[in-house]
Order: sequence, then structure tokens, then C-alpha cells
Amino acid sequence: MYRYDEQDHKLIRERVAQFRGQTERYLAGELSEEEFLPLRLQNGLYVQRLAPMLRIAVPYGLMNSTQVRRLAEITRKYDKGYAHFTTRQNVQLNWPNLEDVPDILAELAEVEMHAVQTSGNCIRNTTTDQFAGVAGDELVDPRPYCELIRQWSTFHPEFAFLPRKFKIAVCGTETDRAAIRAHDIGVQIVKNDQGEVGFQIFVGGGLGRTPIIGVAIRDFLPETHLLSYLEAIVRVYNQLGRRDNKFKARIKILVKALGAEEFARRVEAEWEQIKDGADQLTSEAITWAKRFFPEPEYKTFNASHTEAVLRDHAGAEKAFARWLERNTFPHRVAGYQAVTLSTKPTGIPPGDVTDRQLEAIADLADKYSFGEVRVTHEQNVVLADVEQEKLFDLWQEARKSGFATPNIGTLTDMICCPGGDYCSLANAKSIPVAEAIQRKFDDLDYLYDLGDLDLNISGCMNACGHHHIGHIGILGVDKKGEEFYQVQLGGSSNQNASLGKVLGPSFSREEMPATIGKILDVFVENRQPDELFIDTYNRIGLVPFKERVYAKAS
Amino acid sequence: MPKPAKKPVGALPENPERVIIDRAIADNTWNLLPLGGEEEITAETLAPGKVILPLSVWLELRDQLQSRKEEIGVWLDSDETADLIGDAAEELPLIAAHFPAFTDGRAFTAGRLLRQRYGFTGELRAVGNFMRDQLTYLNRCGFNAFAFQGDQPLEGLLESLQDFSDSYQAAADQPLPIFRRRALL
Repeated sequence: MYRYDEQDHKLIRERVAQFRGQTERYLAGELSEEEFLPLRLQNGLYVQRLAPMLRIAVPYGLMNSTQVRRLAEITRKYDKGYAHFTTRQNVQLNWPNLEDVPDILAELAEVEMHAVQTSGNCIRNTTTDQFAGVAGDELVDPRPYCELIRQWSTFHPEFAFLPRKFKIAVCGTETDRAAIRAHDIGVQIVKNDQGEVGFQIFVGGGLGRTPIIGVAIRDFLPETHLLSYLEAIVRVYNQLGRRDNKFKARIKILVKALGAEEFARRVEAEWEQIKDGADQLTSEAITWAKRFFPEPEYKTFNASHTEAVLRDHAGAEKAFARWLERNTFPHRVAGYQAVTLSTKPTGIPPGDVTDRQLEAIADLADKYSFGEVRVTHEQNVVLADVEQEKLFDLWQEARKSGFATPNIGTLTDMICCPGGDYCSLANAKSIPVAEAIQRKFDDLDYLYDLGDLDLNISGCMNACGHHHIGHIGILGVDKKGEEFYQVQLGGSSNQNASLGKVLGPSFSREEMPATIGKILDVFVENRQPDELFIDTYNRIGLVPFKERVYAKAS
Repeated sequence: MPKPAKKPVGALPENPERVIIDRAIADNTWNLLPLGGEEEITAETLAPGKVILPLSVWLELRDQLQSRKEEIGVWLDSDETADLIGDAAEELPLIAAHFPAFTDGRAFTAGRLLRQRYGFTGELRAVGNFMRDQLTYLNRCGFNAFAFQGDQPLEGLLESLQDFSDSYQAAADQPLPIFRRRALL
């Protein structure tokens, strides 16, 4: 993974010192609430319902075990002993004291971490596929490009006060696991007919109150021009994006207003002026960036021996076989497998982990996966390089730490925002709904039979829980001071991205598990053998679900 | 691209007595004319001395003011883009960019384009509601002069220009991004 050199260390230390000064001025009354707001946000600090919340950047979801251990220490020393993984592959602390934040940032800086630009109207943390570098269907490893984008966007002097927040995601595989078309810019790595690497560029995707799927404005951007093209897009947006209305300020609104073609024309015109400038990714620069993501020292295994070992273990332990099926992912190197540690056992807010669990993750990473840890946008944790012959040992240890719930990709592996329990924006709580659904559907055989199913929950229309792109999406709404939940069906975050359609009138919290039950019944009754929920939905449409859910009791 | 502004985006910029220029405190020798005063500004009625004209007025009077060009500057409101001055920037002694609010970041782009695209080498001055915590970024975008509003003691603000000693990107102050400098090592 990327390692800081003296310049990175210096810049991050200077940033901590700058924010320490700003915090002191705020506490001394020299900086108004209004002035401090964008400064603290660009250092990850929100002021929430119950306490400040600090969002720590995990660049493209990648951490080493030292960093994870430091997070554990920080949650003990400055918080309540737990942390939360977010849908943008970051980590949040829910209970820090405002006065302590500069010290927390200083401790993070020691292990090459920061909270820079994790909030505010600036370019946020770049995200990517949690299986980057190990996925069999990968064209090119996206991480070197993510790192180059991280450096380009960090403290970018021109783009720190954009009309609104700005999110970039990069995908190096055909199957999109990074939801790139739900981002302000989606970068899809492609190769042209000559086999040269380049990028397909999507713009204007986003969720929130105006959900839009991003559109392609360029089908092949040569590798060397990545940063200049991003700069051209953000520059056009910075000049022309709306600033009069916060809800119309995202780039998606500008792209809609101008039309994708006209927007693309302006970007191309701007880019023509800068494409041969200093931002060009020279081959030396690309080689330099790739140097940080070398192939780990993989061993060679005897395939038949490995298979026999796995077969024996799976045969002896049904629970292990289930876990193997759901929580592991094929690796491009023979003898290895990627493992997803589930943060979603029933009754725990999705994405929450305790300090001890963080340390357990670090230990597992050291023991089984070259000391590396990845956060997924589904709020789970991936160990990407596990020897297949050690999967059984890993499973046993993960089980002790509460990470082996074999539910990855199933209904109970839901994405869920912190909701009204923590967030001051929320209209409704989301965690109790997630828990009630997990409790109702705790029969693993039933869950497996349902197959891959994304259920996403947001506590308000800001859509941090990505409800628009869940196969089943749940949105908390406020009706005359009471919490209700709207259900949407048919969303998808992959390469065929789509937005869910609203099923009908909303439900009370108590009605939610039964409502989901009816939706699943319609699916099971109509499904063709092995068909996935999203495919059945696309085949039969919304009506049969609607009729069942809203049928009058006879 | 947007047209020159007919009405200001926010409150009009003030013209304080003292300013920061090239990291030092100096007397403000320029007179910034706000937009849309009572009387129409013409080449004949324009007071003598150094003046900073609203873009729309400058565009109208520039030809008539050729003989005074050493003392005629221009200010851009935040919805006016640098291309509206364009290559004429090369000849101007001063351009000011207005921050109607410190959260309105359009002037950062205007600054870079004036410096890096349109060959502007004169004084680039931030006016309006920017804040000291933006000084490093302003400096990186080519601003070398800062007309702070209100009664902040300028001496205490200077140090914010030193917040960062290096940078990741190329900008007006640094021709090469860090990755190219590192790749050369």
C-alpha cells in the first residue's frame, strides 16, 4: 500500500497544526460558528445530535494493521470504545470531544492517517472495489490511480470551496463493486482495441434527494490524461455549478441543466487547454505510483491438496461450508481466497465494531493476509489474500470475534446509515429497522435460498444508506412528527445501475418486517429457478409486489 | 460562459485603507469603485488616480482609458469568469476578484486562469469576505494581495500564509505536481 514519505508527513503535520490553531481560535471566540463550520468539516468534524462526530479517511478503503490498532486505541482513549465503518469506506467516531480532535488527528498522523476532506464542499475520499488487485475479472489494478487522485485532490487549492461535496469512485473490473455511477465522477478503467489502458468517464451520478445515475461523457480517455480531465470537470463545475440553493448545487444538477452533451463539450474545451500541461501522468509517474502496490509474496500450492483440505473441512462443519460459500471471494492467484468479515450479526448496528474487534481484525490481518485490511462500501471488512488452506483456522478465529456471520450479500448484510439514533439530519431511526428485519429473517437456509439481495436503509433523503440503489430500499420519512418508512424496489448499484421505484404509501416501524416478508413471498412465488430478486423484479415489475403488500385483509 | 454581471452577487467589496501585498502590510493606493453607483461612470467623470473598475464598466471604457492604463484595474464579481478579461490581462496592472462569501470558491479558479492561462503578472488581489484560513490556497491560486475587510489586525494574519510548506498539485506557485517531482528522484 502507499507509504508516506517525508513530504506527506510534513503536509499532514502542518494540517494538524493549522486545525489546532483554528480550533483554539474557535474556542476563544475569535472564529464564529459560521466561519469554523467549513474548516472543521474539511477536517472531518461534524457536530451531531448527541456529540461531535469525526470521520476519518481511509483512502480507497485500504489500511494496514498498525493503523487499525491505532484506531482501536483512539476509540478507547477519546471515544466510547467503538467505531463505525461507512459506505464510503471511511471510519467514524461518534463521541469525541471537540477539544480533543486536534490531538486525535495528531495521533492519526503518526500512523499515516488523517481526516482531511472527509466532509465539506470539496473533493472527498476516492473509493474503489474492495477486491482491487485480487479480483479475477480485473482489467487493471485501480489503486495506483486512486492514490494519484488522492494526492491530486488533497489540499487542492482551487477546489476546496466547491458549490457542494464531490465524490469520485474508480472501478477496474467489469462487475462494478464501487457503485461508480452513483458518484459525481465515476472512472471505469478500460482498454482500447490496441490494448492501451484508458478510462471511461461518467459524471453527474449521485443519490440524495435527487437521485441520478451518472452518464458517460467520454468513452476512452488515455491513461496519461486522467488528472487533467478530472481537473477540467471540477473546474467547469466550480465555475458554473449553482450556489444559490444547496439542494441544487451538486454537479448532477448542472449536468442535467446543461445537458450531458453540452456539459461534455465544455469539459473538453477546458481540457484541450490543459491536457498537455504538468498534470500529465508520465510513464515515470505511473510506474512510481504502481510501485506502492506490488504483488504480495504469494506461495505456490498444490491445487489438489488445497481442494482436499477445503473439502474435508467443509464436509465436517456445515457452518464452515456456509461461511465459505457466502463470505469468501475467488482470488486470481491459485491457492488464495479473499474473505469478508461481516460486521452485521443480528442486533449490532451495521458497520459498528468495538475496540477489541478492531484489534482482532488487525491480528487476523497480520496472521492471514499480509497485514492489510480493506473497508467495503457495504460496511464490512475484507482480508484480501488468505491462503485457502488456512481458511478453516481463520473462520474459527473470526467466529470468536463475532465476524463470521455467514450473511455476505444476503438480505441481512444490509447497508444502513447511523440514522436518527445519531444523526441530526435524519427523519427517522434506521438501526432499529435493520435489527427488526435481521431478527425476523434469521433462518440461514431461507436467506441462502433467497440468494444475493441488497437491502439498503437511509434515515432521510440524504441517502447515506444508499436506499435508491438497494434491490429493496427503505427510506425514513417524517409524517407530522412521526417516523414512517417508505419502501422502494428495483434499485441496483452495479454496471447496470438503476434507481428503485417507490412501492406506495409508507409504513410504521412495526409494520416493516412483515412488509419485507410479503415482498419476499411475492419474489419466492414468482421466481424462476435460481433467479435473483433483482432479475425477478425486472421481469415481473412493481405491480405484483404492490398488490400483495397493500392488499386489504379479507 | 457567463456575461459580465449586471448586479452584484452579494454585498459589494469594501476598499480598506491597508492591505497585504507580497507578504507585507502596505497602504492601499487603489480606489475600488463598486458596481451600480448613483451616477454613470464615464471616461471623463472618472476621478484621477488608481481605480479598480467593475468588469462591465472596464469593458465599456477600456479603449477610452488607454492613456491611463497604468492606473486602471478591474474587479471580477464571483459569477464573472477570467475569460471575460482574457488575454487583456497581460496589460493590466491589477485585477481584483471578489468573494461575496468565503464559501464561494469561484475566485480560486479565476485566479489560476488569470495567472496560468492569460499571462497576468500584475497584482492579483482578493477582495470581499474571504478569510485568513484561505490564504495558503489563495496564494497557490496566484493571489499576492489581500484586502481584508473589518477590523482584523493584519499583522496577525500574515502567519497564515505559512500554513503549508509544500503541496501535492501544480498551481500558480508550483509548476510541477508532487508525483512528477517524486518520479524524477
